[in-house]
Amino acid sequence: MTGEELLAAAEKEQAARRQAKYCVAVCAAAGCHSLGSTSIREIFQKAVNEAGLGEQILLYGTGCLGLCHAGPLVEIQRYREDSWERWLYHHVNEGMVAEIVRHHLGGDQPLAQFLYPLDDPFFRSQYKIVLENAGRINPERLEDYIGADGYSALWKAVSEMTPMDVVREVTQSGLRGRGGGGYPTGLKWSTVAKSKGSRKFVVCNADEGDPGAFMDRSILEGDPHRILEGMALAAYAIGAEQGYIYVRGEYPMAISRLKTAIRQAEKVQLLGNRILESAFNFRVDLRIGAGAFVCGEETALIGSIEGNRGTPRPRPPFPAEKGLWDMPTLINNVETFANVPAIVRNGGQWFSRIGTEKSKGTKVFALAGKIVHTGLIEVPMGISLRQVIFDIGGGIPDGKQFKAAQTGGPSGGCIPLPHLDLPIDYESLIKVGSMMGSGGLIVMDETSCMVDVARFFMQFCMDESCGKCVPCRAGTAQIYRILEKISSGTASLHDLELMEELCDLLKHTSLCGLGQTAPNPVVSTLRYFREEYLAHIEQKTCPAGVCRMGAPDAACGSAEPVQEKENCL
Amino acid sequence: MSVKTLMINGQMVSASEDQTLLDVLRENGIELPTLCHLDGLTPIGACRLCLVELAGSNKLHPACMTRITEGMEVTTHSERLVKYRRMILELLFAERNHFCSICVINGQCDLQQMGYDVGMDHVRFEYQCPAVEVDASHERFIMDHNRCVLCTRCVRVCHEMEGAHTRDVMGRGGSSRIITDLNQLWGKSGSCTGCGKCVQVCPTGALFEKGRSAAEVVKQRDFLVYIKTAREKHLWIQ
Ligand SMILES: Cc1cc2nc3c(=O)[nH]c(=O)nc-3n(C[C@H](O)[C@H](O)[C@H](O)COP(=O)(O)O)c2cc1C
Ligand code: SF4
Ligand code: SF4
Ligand code: FES
Repeated sequence: MTGEELLAAAEKEQAARRQAKYCVAVCAAAGCHSLGSTSIREIFQKAVNEAGLGEQILLYGTGCLGLCHAGPLVEIQRYREDSWERWLYHHVNEGMVAEIVRHHLGGDQPLAQFLYPLDDPFFRSQYKIVLENAGRINPERLEDYIGADGYSALWKAVSEMTPMDVVREVTQSGLRGRGGGGYPTGLKWSTVAKSKGSRKFVVCNADEGDPGAFMDRSILEGDPHRILEGMALAAYAIGAEQGYIYVRGEYPMAISRLKTAIRQAEKVQLLGNRILESAFNFRVDLRIGAGAFVCGEETALIGSIEGNRGTPRPRPPFPAEKGLWDMPTLINNVETFANVPAIVRNGGQWFSRIGTEKSKGTKVFALAGKIVHTGLIEVPMGISLRQVIFDIGGGIPDGKQFKAAQTGGPSGGCIPLPHLDLPIDYESLIKVGSMMGSGGLIVMDETSCMVDVARFFMQFCMDESCGKCVPCRAGTAQIYRILEKISSGTASLHDLELMEELCDLLKHTSLCGLGQTAPNPVVSTLRYFREEYLAHIEQKTCPAGVCRMGAPDAACGSAEPVQEKENCL
Repeated sequence: MSVKTLMINGQMVSASEDQTLLDVLRENGIELPTLCHLDGLTPIGACRLCLVELAGSNKLHPACMTRITEGMEVTTHSERLVKYRRMILELLFAERNHFCSICVINGQCDLQQMGYDVGMDHVRFEYQCPAVEVDASHERFIMDHNRCVLCTRCVRVCHEMEGAHTRDVMGRGGSSRIITDLNQLWGKSGSCTGCGKCVQVCPTGALFEKGRSAAEVVKQRDFLVYIKTAREKHLWIQ
């Protein structure tokens, strides 16, 4: 495919969409899929065909529409007088399909009683870059992505930009890594670009392992070509010819969509040799993770791709200098790569106008826990936590009181009521003892016990510790044990003291981020809810009524972490 | 090889560029406890006992894996470093079943010695007392998981020196186990050459020879540096 052919294909796709009587996008993401959206789509297609509208209606499955709790979702679009009209049907069932086809598609009469108001704050306060194609494209069709200006950034790069121009554009955008750390992406790219090596690699970290997180998954499933384009742009910028996507095995749909996308792109020379008839070559292969959280850590991930046991190694040297097979390697998160095509297409300046001074652009969050609208949202950086939880998220269900929000998963911390007006950006979150993390946002109400929350995350870290270094391997088990004692009312103040010492030890001596950040949930709940810990210890009561007091004390020989009895004599 | 000057605990010291910080410290008589490190094996920075402070960095660095640089300022025994080392040892003693009085290597054990060195007179953490196995199926050696600290020295010597790669690690976190072949009994291993290198490098009584009394267990480790140097300099060719 040449650049001209790419542009022509985009024109053709856009014209087809505009000419259709209606475009019907049925959400095919995991949330709606589990509510039966796949059969809804089939029923829809059948009804449309039977009504004789098959020729005029464009019906397709699409990426996550965000309002997961109200699924299955169907978005209907129509191009009229230079603009798009949209309607969103929620909780769609078989009976509704027949009516929608008859009245809306057939008779141009939208069914107000089934519609979700699109001027709801849930939609109004969002800003979509990474998720801009949700509702617009069928992730299994390359033509759809091209029709949504897909690969135009790659064409722009190979035809009119030098690799350094691309790095400069990304640097200027102010984009920071979305995998948790928030490292400036442009700086990382220029480091790898300057590192010397006979080969270089681009790696996409799609090992999303935080409990409850599904941001990266939605991007991979809903817009796989966007990741490939982002990676290709990175490869062009740093001088790599080979890329790997390390995707967790628990995401079969993402894996199959990526496979399809790679095959499609290779067929028309958007990947492979002489991309878009230029001198740039780039291939992408998948590597499937086997379910270890720690393999999301970049050095463990590299080890895993090389075929070794996935355990972290001390840095320096950093992967940018010595990564895969000791060659300079660029590792970025899925969402980081997903921002790149838009940045190259619209310019770094455009991107840097969104967000705050130090945190640019948008962030995708997965809302979970005690919140009305659980689902996927994309908001500009700097939006307040209050807006996210109460405007977009619809507040706390059942008239309960907000207690705290947990960001950053097992590496993050909780943000209590007094900080509700905190702007969401990297620095502010760190200041209050949490972190941006990859985008999981769990809301807790008055019925949540903070000791229990800390215990949950510590158990996660203990189970997921790779076991290489002593502080994390043995320390998480000890902290967990103390939390278990606290939540059963059998701990003393001395235990609490010991636990705080252990938290300090893990933070400063663990080898990798997992152990270093594992104490965060404990430290932050202690910081804001110390009286709850004390109530468990001194009064032997759980203020939230969650913990069962006086549970039998685990005796010697039954400590949880080492209970793998299978291999014992 | 160019020479660098660094400042260790306020003292100026010179060192050659290819040395690790740990080499330089030892050369200058500054002792740090080390468990996963052994001269001759690839360092992995896992036990975290050799952590030191470097001026200008807010992280702690494992001396065994730190390359020296000109003007580096190192602190090896600050109050918190001493405290951390002791805590790490306490964690190890509490993790499996380390009862020195009934151990085959009592008196010769690196872990025990380190406990004395850092002044660890008791363990503040709850003993985890895991139920782990003893593999006595090999005709000459015994692997007692009760005493294993997962330093992987045996794994590395088997892979790097003997070239057999009989040993490896299975599982993760506290359930990590050293295994032979694909988690078979040692006696059934088809790849083990019976060289006994793993036994010699093991810092504790996790690996020992059958039929020896505690007083007879003395581990030989000089062979590592000898083999490594010979290999690098191709000594056997002459
Ligand atoms: C225990 C652990 C797990 C991690 N898991 C992930 C993950 O699932 N996805 C991810 O993108 N980054 C993860 N990271 C961060 C990566 O190490 C790395 O910083 C990131 O992929 C860099 O990409 P970015 O600069 O685009 O954020 C993890 C880090 C740690 C310490
Ligand atoms: S901190 Fe935990 S996960 Fe990281 S290397 Fe150490 S044991 Fe492994
Ligand atoms: S058996 Fe010995 S050498 Fe091997 S990991 Fe355990 S303690 Fe280390
Ligand atoms: S000896 Fe350096 S970390 Fe173990």
